Amino acid sequence: MAYQFDFGSLWEYRGVIADGVGLTIRLTAVGTVAGVGLGIAGAFARTSRSPALKAAVGAYVEFIRNTPFLIQLFFIFFGLPVLGVKLSEWQAASLAMVVNLAAYSTEIIRAGIQAVPKGQIEAAEALAMSRLQIFRHVILGPAMRKVWPALSSQIVIVMLGSSVCSQIAAEELTYAANFIQSRNFRAFEVYFVSTGLYLILAVGLRALLKLVGWSLFRRRRHV
Amino acid sequence: MPLVELAAIWKSFGQNPVLKGIDLTVEEGQVIAMIGRSGSGKSTLLRSINGLERIDDGTILIDGEKIGSKDADLRTLRLQVGMVFQQFNLFPHLSARENVMLAPMVVKKASRKAAGALADAMLAKVGLSDRAGHYPDQLSGGQQQRVAIARSLAMEPRVLLCDEVTSALDPELVNEVLAVVRQLAKEGMTLIMVTHEMRFAREVCDKLVFMHQGRIHEEGSPAELFSAPKTPELAQFIGLVEAAG
Repeated sequence: MAYQFDFGSLWEYRGVIADGVGLTIRLTAVGTVAGVGLGIAGAFARTSRSPALKAAVGAYVEFIRNTPFLIQLFFIFFGLPVLGVKLSEWQAASLAMVVNLAAYSTEIIRAGIQAVPKGQIEAAEALAMSRLQIFRHVILGPAMRKVWPALSSQIVIVMLGSSVCSQIAAEELTYAANFIQSRNFRAFEVYFVSTGLYLILAVGLRALLKLVGWSLFRRRRHV
Repeated sequence: MPLVELAAIWKSFGQNPVLKGIDLTVEEGQVIAMIGRSGSGKSTLLRSINGLERIDDGTILIDGEKIGSKDADLRTLRLQVGMVFQQFNLFPHLSARENVMLAPMVVKKASRKAAGALADAMLAKVGLSDRAGHYPDQLSGGQQQRVAIARSLAMEPRVLLCDEVTSALDPELVNEVLAVVRQLAKEGMTLIMVTHEMRFAREVCDKLVFMHQGRIHEEGSPAELFSAPKTPELAQFIGLVEAAG
């Protein structure tokens, strides 16, 4: 094999790579916090007695789950400006991440809500709690605890999916890799390193989410 | 004025009528047991009294006030009427103490401190002070049911509905729960219960209501009903229960 590996040639691009990793992390953070937050709101809306609200949220969830992320991103970045909504690469990428994760987490959290025994909800009703109070204090905790592993997986999928945001020139890790490769033509080295970085990010994110889950749902020992 | 007044209550599940014109009055401090076969409508009637089942027709008056079917009305109703269920239905993610504290804090906006003190008092009342920090899955069925009773009492209801509160318990745990109910009756709590514990009903209740096919078939003092049932259905029901017990 004639190819000479040269990982050293990446050193001069270390700043670009670090910035790319930074943006990937920021996109994931925004997408996770806002996406899961909206997912909780969406799941609550789906328990509503208003058929119109239920149908609207249901339609949103199905629309997002049955179209490609790349197209959603292109629509937000290239499509919306036609309507006068002009977003920066970073804004468009963040919005796409939030919109996408919100739909999936609505569906995941809804499954958790359905697993809460009806009797507990009746007991809360009998204690004169309102629908929102019941959702917040009786349903949400046990529901989130049940679906936390599934939700964590989806968050990791969305983090890895942020790679697609390179296509609108959001300068995240994949964009950085493409950029370096176009300069030094060291495709193997660049993608080897970026693959490794994604792996580290994903494993790290999983560990972080496990810790978050543990601290949210552990039993507090106080009397 | 009666504390609870039900007039001409009708309720169907689909095409199937389960309550066919129920009239019932309960005075303050009265202890009432509803008996009857499964399917006779007694649990549905009990659940209607605090709006867990919406009635199709008829009126419910609590302390002379008519209860509508809007959410706000139902919550006003439920502040007056507590309920304890067959399956306990404790909140599994909260300790016994937190189960009791939740509604006073969330609904009545009690401070954490006040709710905690209230919870301690209620758990002491049901004899579970030493289990305050335990979670439901760390408690026996009897203990869970006593926590559920404490949780209802913390809202200071004027009437407590008990829906077969011992039916899901192992036989050796039944008495600890009945002892708590008996104590409540002695303290003057207004109680409406659906029960299969005939001996208990006989000893504790002021009035017995025998339900049959969606109607109140016979009502009166336990002594009357047990010693001289007027209808063959009640006679047969008592015979069945006593043969089984």
